[in-house]
Amino acid sequence: MTLSRLLRCAGVSTAIHRFYPVSVGNQQFVFWIMASTACFVIVSRNDIPIYEAEVGSVLKKEEAAHLHQFILHAALDIVQDLAWTTSAMFLKSVDRFNDLVVSVYVTAGHTRLMLLHDSRNEDGIKSFFQDVHELYLKILLNPLYLPGSRITSSHFDTKVRALARKYL
Amino acid sequence: MAPLAPRSGDAVFASVERVNAELFTLTYGAIVRQLITDLEEVEEVNKQLDQMGYNIGVRLIDEFLAKSNVSRCVDFKETAEVIAKVGFKMFLGVTATVINWDAEGTSCSLVLEDNPLVDFVELPDTCQGLSYCNILSGVIRGALEMVSMKTEITWVRDMLQGDDAYELRVKLLKQVPEEYPYKDDD
Repeated sequence: MTLSRLLRCAGVSTAIHRFYPVSVGNQQFVFWIMASTACFVIVSRNDIPIYEAEVGSVLKKEEAAHLHQFILHAALDIVQDLAWTTSAMFLKSVDRFNDLVVSVYVTAGHTRLMLLHDSRNEDGIKSFFQDVHELYLKILLNPLYLPGSRITSSHFDTKVRALARKYL
Repeated sequence: MAPLAPRSGDAVFASVERVNAELFTLTYGAIVRQLITDLEEVEEVNKQLDQMGYNIGVRLIDEFLAKSNVSRCVDFKETAEVIAKVGFKMFLGVTATVINWDAEGTSCSLVLEDNPLVDFVELPDTCQGLSYCNILSGVIRGALEMVSMKTEITWVRDMLQGDDAYELRVKLLKQVPEEYPYKDDD
């Protein structure tokens, strides 16, 4: 299901979708150009988000966070189709919404690392995913962690944010 | 003069059979995980781990004495050194340091900088009181009991609880004299 179709299902007309940036207001539009937005989510194989982080330099806004979740959720269907067409784990950008791009990395266990970003630094994103994948493996090997449950480790959170600053 | 006891476990370590460290760590992790699921109470898990360690220790001491060529220790200080340098090396592949002796020489601390049992492990909020390596204290207690030393072992420092090393406090309660089941002149 594409994003515009999903928006239509949700009762949002495509016209609004097209003019979305205008309705956001001038100030936020400037924000988007100057600062980088990035939202990182890990989705378990059962389609449950197990880790979320707003890693961009834009001040966190609640409605923006909701929008990010919405876009990432919409991209899940595309990931589902794409994941089986390639043997690579890094799927590059799979979906876009205005100037926001969704890049996805699918692990062998079908856990999806999803990043919503507005930068065009593909190499950095690839390195970011690979390093987070390694951190995720460490979490997974922890005998006290139940696979598919929320990642609550603060150590993991700190490391992911540090990686985001380094690569994105 | 009796041959000197080996001061390092390297030779024994080189000759004993070994398993993959990750397999070992994850197997131990699976045991702890299952105990938490079965017993639910963290305190009960600690107790059970200690009991399991004890059962291992009472068997392991024979294996240790048979393979390590350690002769009889003259005092508790030597015993502690042998556990730290030979025992830990032989079965865990790491060595501990013995520090903080009290004046009577009956209690000391074994400090482990490196502990293969806890690779990957991070305690979640629900298991904060868990003494993850409690099996080790049980092993030492069981092994020493078989060589007629009653000991009490407590964890002082635990890296999983945020400390900088693992520290086991070993306290010698009493030395049980060997009892013979029959008299010589019977």
